[in-house]
Amino acid sequence: MKQIKHHLTESLLMGYAAGTLPEAFDLVVATHVSMCDDCRAAVAEYDAVGGEVMLDMPPMDIDVDALAATLAMIDKGAPVPKPRQKARGVFPAPLQDYVAGDLSAVKWRKVGGGVSQMVLKTSGDATVRLLKIPAGTAIPDHGHHGTELTLVLQGAFFDDTDRFAAGDIEVANEDLNHTPIAEAGADCICLAASDAPLRFNGIMPRIAQRFIGI
Amino acid sequence: MRRTKGMLTENTISLAAPRGRASPNADAPANMAVKLKVRGVKETQSDKRLAWIAQLDAVRDQKDRTAFAELFAYFAPRLKSFLMKSGTSPDMAEECAQEVMVTVWNKAHLFDPTKASVSTWIFTIARNKRIDMIRKQRRPEPEDLPWGPEEAPSQTDVIGLQQETELLGRALADLPAKQRELIERAYFGDLTHSEIASETGLPLGTIKSRIRLALDRLRHAMN
Ligand SMILES: [Zn+2]
Repeated sequence: MKQIKHHLTESLLMGYAAGTLPEAFDLVVATHVSMCDDCRAAVAEYDAVGGEVMLDMPPMDIDVDALAATLAMIDKGAPVPKPRQKARGVFPAPLQDYVAGDLSAVKWRKVGGGVSQMVLKTSGDATVRLLKIPAGTAIPDHGHHGTELTLVLQGAFFDDTDRFAAGDIEVANEDLNHTPIAEAGADCICLAASDAPLRFNGIMPRIAQRFIGI
Repeated sequence: MRRTKGMLTENTISLAAPRGRASPNADAPANMAVKLKVRGVKETQSDKRLAWIAQLDAVRDQKDRTAFAELFAYFAPRLKSFLMKSGTSPDMAEECAQEVMVTVWNKAHLFDPTKASVSTWIFTIARNKRIDMIRKQRRPEPEDLPWGPEEAPSQTDVIGLQQETELLGRALADLPAKQRELIERAYFGDLTHSEIASETGLPLGTIKSRIRLALDRLRHAMN
């Protein structure tokens, strides 16, 4: 894996460790962490903070039969979990779980402007989708109401702020109005999550928005 | 609620000291720990962490119910407390705490003491159980790192990580009450990250600079 330049923010790292992010965001974080040793180490730190918070709780009385009840559940047996091996292919394992396969298993739907997408099923208000942007194509200029995460899985895009290649994540908030353009070369495949609808500027993009549903 | 300052004996401090300098002697912490045990000083928090690892190993290797009962006695009441703080009813918190301990038994073979303290590992199980049972969501987890050849974890690494986690816990306990409360509430799920940002004006900002040192040490220990 090449050097990753754009990482998760402290808020996302902490939110993921605390377990308070919407499922769509968790998926993007887990996918980036699968590709990025730096953020993996940072999540481990925030997990450790969570462990110390839990440890500092005033102990609460538990039922006298609780241990016996727990051992009874253990006796019923359960499948013994195995470590999850590194996935082969373009998509890391957590993303393959949601797609039910690798890149070749994606059911793309055209959404206009040459862009295709597949919305992944998650619960909660935030949404997450795979986007395929043909090389050299621009995503319509748009601003954001909430937070938008865009993780590059293949190819690269650039916008007003910088260049984003495989493994890089862009965290955009309300201040950012941008026009990402897929770099020449391979199609750009991204995993994009948003906790609010995007806001496109101009009439044509508005139509595109209705189709894309973002 | 706080870690008792009284337990910070001189011996405990000398146990942690070698990690602070860039000491070329990687075995120093292990030697220190051994020395501590030989001297028979009263149980320190770091020793407690090593005892949890031994108990978990006994669960994994011998299906040892006594060792499990000891882990249960320590963690179940704190898990229940943590889950109730997260807004769960006492009955549900107790059920969830039991489920967590069942998972501890079933996953004992996946615990790696060079990557996490037992408290950290049990917290991640509890967090995922809360998402599963209470929020009824899936929890996407990263891939595991590829496993190396089966070799026993280095004792130096194990002890180093336990000590760093202990220092992190103390740094957290030593934070001013208001800052500590904000961090705790973030983990209870009381506050979203953006709410923390708006309440303090700094996501972890000043708070973080206080625990930054401890986190840096921890990262160093895990690499
Ligand atoms: Zn990263």
